[in-house]
Parts: sequence; C-alpha cells; structure tokens
Amino acid sequence: MNRFDYVRAASVAEAVAAWVPGASFLAGGTNLLDLMKGDIVRPSRLIDITRIPGLDSIEPLADGGLRIGALVRNSDLARDRHVSGTYPALAEALLSGASGQLRNAATTAGNAMQRTRCAYFYDPASACNKRDPGAGCDARGGDTRLHAVLGWSAHCIATNPSDFCVPLAALDAVVEIAGRSGTREVALEAFHTLPGDHPETETVLEEGEMILAVRLPPEAAGFAAHSRYLKVRERTSYAFAVVSAAASLRLAQGRIAEARLALGGVAAKPWRAREAERLLIGRLPDAAAWTECAAAALSGAHPSGDNDFKIDLARRLVATAFARAAAGTPDRLPALPASPFAVPVVSSGVHAFA
Amino acid sequence: MSIPVALTINGRRHALVLDDPRVTLLDLLRERLDLTGTKKGCDRGQCGACTVLLDGRRVNACLALAVSHDGADIVTIEGLAESCGLEPGQLHPVQSAFIDHDAFQCGFCTPGQIMSAVGLLREARSDPNLDDDPERVRELMSGNLCRCGAYLGITEAILDASARLRDAGAEA
Ligand SMILES: Cc1cc2nc3c(=O)[nH]c(=O)nc-3n(C[C@H](O)[C@H](O)[C@H](O)COP(=O)(O)OP(=O)(O)OC[C@H]3O[C@@H](n4cnc5c(N)ncnc54)[C@H](O)[C@@H]3O)c2cc1C
Ligand code: SF4
Ligand code: FES
Ligand code: FES
Repeated sequence: MNRFDYVRAASVAEAVAAWVPGASFLAGGTNLLDLMKGDIVRPSRLIDITRIPGLDSIEPLADGGLRIGALVRNSDLARDRHVSGTYPALAEALLSGASGQLRNAATTAGNAMQRTRCAYFYDPASACNKRDPGAGCDARGGDTRLHAVLGWSAHCIATNPSDFCVPLAALDAVVEIAGRSGTREVALEAFHTLPGDHPETETVLEEGEMILAVRLPPEAAGFAAHSRYLKVRERTSYAFAVVSAAASLRLAQGRIAEARLALGGVAAKPWRAREAERLLIGRLPDAAAWTECAAAALSGAHPSGDNDFKIDLARRLVATAFARAAAGTPDRLPALPASPFAVPVVSSGVHAFA
Repeated sequence: MSIPVALTINGRRHALVLDDPRVTLLDLLRERLDLTGTKKGCDRGQCGACTVLLDGRRVNACLALAVSHDGADIVTIEGLAESCGLEPGQLHPVQSAFIDHDAFQCGFCTPGQIMSAVGLLREARSDPNLDDDPERVRELMSGNLCRCGAYLGITEAILDASARLRDAGAEA
C-alpha cells in the first residue's frame, strides 16, 4: 500500500474542498483498501467521509419516494422494514452480496462506486486498459466467465460487480451528487458508463465530486407485490454474479400493467432492458411472455470471449426471475437470497419480507 | 506524521499515536496491542478470520483503517465474555457451544467464527425463525471460511447457543 495523507472531513463542503487530483473518498473501505493493498490504486490522499453528519439516514419522502444517504450501510438498508417491504428486490440484492461482515461496513455510495472484479484488473502483472490506459487488455482471450456480453468494447470487456445497482437501475433510481460548484442529479441508469475508447472512466462523476444520496421515485413502490432479484454464482453464497436479474411487475386484472428489468454481470453497467419491458405491457403473465421478453433483453448480446454461455444463461434467468416475480414476492426473505436453485418460497400475495 | 487514535478495546481505553495512517485495525490489535486472538488469514476481506465487533457489529478488521475508527468501541475474542458481564475465565455461551459441538479442528478460524456468530445472533434478534433454520445460519456465516471444514459443528453450535440464549432470555 502506498503512503497517503489522511484527511477527515466534517462536512460535505470540507470533503469536496479537500479533494486534490489523485485523492479518493474513503467510506467503508472494503473495496478501496483491498485495491490499495494490491497496489491497483495508489491514492495520494484519503478523504474520510464517514464522520460527515446527515449522510447515514434512510428517509421516506413526502412524495412517496425514498432517499438513501451515501453512508447508509448495506446491512442497515437491507434490514430496514420499510425498505424490505416496499422494495423487496433491493433487499434481496443487498443480502445476496458479499458477507454479513462486509455488508455491515459497505455503504450505499461505496457499493455504487466499487470497481470491476476482472481478475486481470486485479493483477498488476497483467495488461489492463482500465488500470493503465493504452496498455492493452489481457482479459481478451483469457478467462472470461465474469466478463461482458453487452456494451463491451475492444478496449475493455469488464463487468460492473454490484448487485445493489441492478434493482436500483430497474427502479429508476437517481444519484444525488455534490461538487465544488454545487449539487446535481443523474439517473442511476446513466451514472455508470460503457467502456468505449476510455475504460478508465467508469461513471459520470467529475473529478472531486461525491455522491450524497441515492433516491427512489414514488413509482418504485408500485412493484412491492411482484419483485425478485436472482443471481447465478459459481457457488451458492458469497460470490459475485456470473449473471443476475432484477425483475418487477405491476399486475392489474390479471395482466401486466408495468414491468421492470435490469441485468447484472453482463456489462460495465447495470443493464436496464427497457424495450424488453415494453413487450410485456398488456400481456398475460405467462411463459410465452417471459421467453419473448428475455430474447429481446439479450438481442444485442455478443460473447466477448469464451463466454457465449452467459447469453443463454441470462435469457433463462430473466424468464425465471419474471416467473418468480409473477408468483408473488415471498412473505419472508428466502434463506438463500437470490438463489435460483432455492426451493420455491411461500407468497400469500401480500408481499413483505416482514 | 503522528496521528492520535483513541479506542476502547475490550472495555479498556487506549490512547495511541500512529506514525502511519496505513495501519489497519487488525495490525493494530495484533502488532501493537498483542491481541493475537484476532487472526490474519487473507488480509483482503475474504476469509473472516479477522472478525471483531466494532461498535457492536461484526466487521473484517483487515479492511478497516484504524484512524478511520478513532473513538470506536471494539470487542475481540479475548474480551468477549467479559464484555457480556461474565467473570474472567468464564466462557461466552457461543464459546461453550463451540466446544460442545466440536466446532473446530486446528482452531485458526475459530475466533473469527465465534465473533461472527455473536454478531449474527445480535443481528438476528428480530428474526424469530432463525433458530430452526440451519440454511439461514450457513448463509449468514458464509463470510467465515474454515479450511478444516468444521462447518457442520459450527452451524450446530450456533443453533444451540441461539436456543440456549433464547431459553435464558439473554442476548448474545
Ligand atoms: C470478499 C468480497 C466479496 C464481495 N462480494 C460482493 C458481492 O457479491 N456483490 C456486491 O455487490 N459486492 C460485493 N463486494 C463488494 C462490496 O459490496 C463493496 O466493497 C462495498 O459495497 C464498497 O463500499 P464501501 O463503503 O466499503 O466503499 P469504499 O471501499 O470505501 O469505497 C469504494 C469506492 O467508492 C468511492 N466512494 C465511497 N463513497 C463515495 C461517495 N460518497 N462519493 C463518491 N465516491 C465514493 C471510494 O473513493 C472508492 O473508490 C464484495 C467485497 C469483498 C471484499
Ligand atoms: S477487461 Fe477491462 S478491466 Fe479487465 S483487463 Fe481488460 S481492460 Fe482491464
Ligand atoms: S483476514 Fe480479514 S477477512 Fe481474511
Ligand atoms: S478449524 Fe481449522 S480453519 Fe477452521
């Protein structure tokens, strides 16, 4: 780990004022310290934002939306009764990620800002355009099980590893950002960028800007009764997604009134599939609808290496996630959150993970 | 650079001065305070051997900078029983259950397993069905690896400790 100066910020204004080129904000530290220990990142300054008051609350808003402060810990968010009851796919995604210990430290903003798990990015001996722009990409032709099948470029085929961001994208979350020149907002769907010619750029955050909160709009509460997050992993628990899907439905008179779908593990960003969602409107919630929707969601997919299996796997997972969502959000969070292999869980049709 | 850090560790206040901000909580405990019960397995957040209670919650000490936790209250395996009001030499119910159920072989992962189990039982206070559900215990303990494969005993020990604590109306 390189040497750095340590600055503890007492306010958002202090934190953004303390920023210098090469600095990083420190939240839970569970991704940043890991990357620093591996010499993958070498920040010159750490600006500790964990003491800033007011960033750690979960606030239901007057309009029916929800504001999640940047410092709310992943475990506190997942176990909040209002959150798990109203946005069950969000709770399921959070609890399917990392471990109990890590979730107690990991924050909302840190989770959204976590770097890719591409093994070549993590290995300073490998060429990586993200770590070292222009160096090349050793993942091409390498082991690509965790790599992209959508939105990748010749320069980088890495995926975004966050589970949390997948339902956030599906639910039209908005990211609140602060910088020296004030605050602004960006849709979560537009927050992470595709690699193109610049895989070193991963989000639209400008230098020195920080995340204040993530907000869910009032409409996000309309899917509580029919929402699931499913995640295929190399082992049942404590592993990143090979492919994941957040599927939410609003049913009316036995038909689909509204559908939301986002995929994880397939691209450099949580992949919202809007056209595939539209195909479901007005249809009966049946297997034919899921198959068509899944085909549309993956229609632009191409293997980035030896990973064409992911395209079919993602299609099947989308269909399964919608079938489970249509059957109803389970009354209790499943013992193995997000596992597609778990025994079907009871739903009384009232939702709630209570 | 000298950085003052005050920590309460196993009930005792420590006013420390660090000469380097890179020191993790894990290295501080082991190298500076000689509290070597907390183990270093991977040093990267993957194995859980370094689990401690930080302000009552289980976390990985290897991914926590000591300076960032200035003012925190930390409990390690050495102070677990006393932190729950037991006399020196007495074991915490989770520790006893690990012995009763043969929940270890070499013992390297054990302090982390026990601290993680205590954290889990506290988190599960609001989850009345946890005691009957080994699947939930296994899932919520997945951040603690055991190279000796003592998982069967570990799960049984946690379920047993949980039941005993509940019957006694006590908290973990
Ligand atoms: C073993 C292991 C397994 C894991 N498994 C999973 C998994 O299955 N699924 C999953 O989704 N995640 C997983 N994770 C990743 C984990 O979720 C992240 O490490 C965590 O969410 C990061 O949050 P943090 O608060 O610790 O961030 P930090 O490590 O403190 O920061 C991460 C990044 O975010 C930046 N940052 C932090 N706060 C802000 C802010 N307010 N504004 C701007 N930038 C900010 C930091 O500068 C840094 O670049 C795993 C991690 C480990 C170590
Ligand atoms: S896929 Fe991207 S992150 Fe991985 S080695 Fe290539 S450039 Fe680096
Ligand atoms: S030493 Fe901390 S998790 Fe392995
Ligand atoms: S008892 Fe040996 S590692 Fe768990």
